[in-house]
Amino acid sequence: MNTMNTVDTTDTMRDRFAPVVSRLLDEDPRVAVVLAEIGLAPFAEAARRHPQRVINVGIREQLLVGAGAGLALAGLRPVLHTFASFLVERPFEQVKLDFGHQGLGGVLVSAGGSYDVSAGGFTHMAPGDVALLDTLDGWTVHVPGHPDEAETLLRHAVGAGDERVYVRLSVQANREGLAVDGERFLRVREGRRGVVVAVGPMLDNVLAATEALDVSVLYATTVRPFDGRALRQAVGATDAADVVLVEPYLAGTSTGAANDALADVPHRVLGLGVGRRELRRYGRVAEHVAAHGLDAASLRERISGFLYRDAPVPVPA
Amino acid sequence: MTTTARRTYGYSDLPRLMSVMTGDEKHGSAATSTLDVLWVLYDRVLRVGPGSVDDPGRDRFLLSKGHGPMAYYAVLAAKGFVPVEWLSGFGEFTSRLGHHPDRVLVPGVEIGSGSLGHGLPLAVGTALGLGARGLDEAAVWTLVGDAELDEGSNHEAIAFAGAIGLERLHTVVIDNLSATYGRAGGIAARFEAAGWSTATVDGRDHAALYEAFTAAHAGRPHVVVARVEPKF
Repeated sequence: MNTMNTVDTTDTMRDRFAPVVSRLLDEDPRVAVVLAEIGLAPFAEAARRHPQRVINVGIREQLLVGAGAGLALAGLRPVLHTFASFLVERPFEQVKLDFGHQGLGGVLVSAGGSYDVSAGGFTHMAPGDVALLDTLDGWTVHVPGHPDEAETLLRHAVGAGDERVYVRLSVQANREGLAVDGERFLRVREGRRGVVVAVGPMLDNVLAATEALDVSVLYATTVRPFDGRALRQAVGATDAADVVLVEPYLAGTSTGAANDALADVPHRVLGLGVGRRELRRYGRVAEHVAAHGLDAASLRERISGFLYRDAPVPVPA
Repeated sequence: MTTTARRTYGYSDLPRLMSVMTGDEKHGSAATSTLDVLWVLYDRVLRVGPGSVDDPGRDRFLLSKGHGPMAYYAVLAAKGFVPVEWLSGFGEFTSRLGHHPDRVLVPGVEIGSGSLGHGLPLAVGTALGLGARGLDEAAVWTLVGDAELDEGSNHEAIAFAGAIGLERLHTVVIDNLSATYGRAGGIAARFEAAGWSTATVDGRDHAALYEAFTAAHAGRPHVVVARVEPKF
């Protein structure tokens, strides 16, 4: 069973993007938006009000990133948006050099990460975006799990001085938003057999999967910098330093960060997420969630298999 | 304490300043190809100097062709942006002057470059940003090589800048016939087709360069193709 709200008739994170950033354009003369055709229509009104700060470069993703960084060179706070595969993967060297090497800040806001565009096939999928950014220094990465959280984190991102920030918006979402602060993991459940870290839209499925299990659940919506302190504290309150990471992108993306956080503690880490193998499937998001073993039933099996190797698995009442 | 007036350097000093930098001879022809263009720009055109490297209203010069930056460093030293003493350490671990420039390390250097095809897109964004900030006097210049134009990112920038009539944007193409599939006269034609104002001149003729650099180009970005000796 998939408990995630993946229907596309409700308000999505991406639906919040243009209204929130349009308000920021009104409030802060430093803010500028750069688009490459995708996501243009919702900015029509803002573009009328701020014709010099809402820029569409056409279908030119290298220019999207290069020109975005050029805006930062001129002293603006650029917000760049398109699908994750075209924002991070296609112009990756521009992200690496035009922002990183130049020492410039900006906000990259993606949609369509992993398999949000499931019927579109692999040309429009990007499960590796966060892992790819992880090869670079100094990027903050927000992965909201609800439209309300997306709104909060977008404001954090744009307001974050001249920092480099990636915001990963998804059609996958939890049913309720939590009070996220743009930095810390939240502890949403306490237990003693281990710690499960649920990233962004994975929370509802993780909570369903760990029902009646004696585990702590941490909720992470800002994954870089990785909140190692919260993980160490949570692990310190358990009987075993066993950690399961459940990420909505490439499996194992944060395994290294968790290992670093627990370097002085004998520990085990299981990294769950999107598999590396290309499925060559279309269909619905929920079908991809299940195919990658990220639905509640699959997660329960994999989490309990890791944390209850030597004990019977509690059954929900 | 003795005070010595900082000596001034002119065009005739550049070869000697460049000769101090050793160790990147493979880029020698790339370096000398840009020498006259850089000198005319910094000597007579750009509104920027050592005292105004952080002035928001300064002109921007983005060296996209970051290979063989000896001429660039020599001009920056001659104009007082960096100490002449820095030149002799060129390329060493403790030097701020590398075989490709780094904006974080060198005063007056607007972008770090070396990977081809980044300067023109960055210049487009800088020009847009200066406009958005109302800094209407500030011009943006970028220098690319003819072979560098092979990079697709430049074509994204050329097409877009022409289409929106980005008047404050200026590009100098150093044409030393180094593009493998280059075509005589093709460079200016490509820019012109995208809506740019164009001029093609002898890249060693200072008067012709100055005239081309300062030509009026209302409502259009401007490119100067500076022809120099073939690379080989």
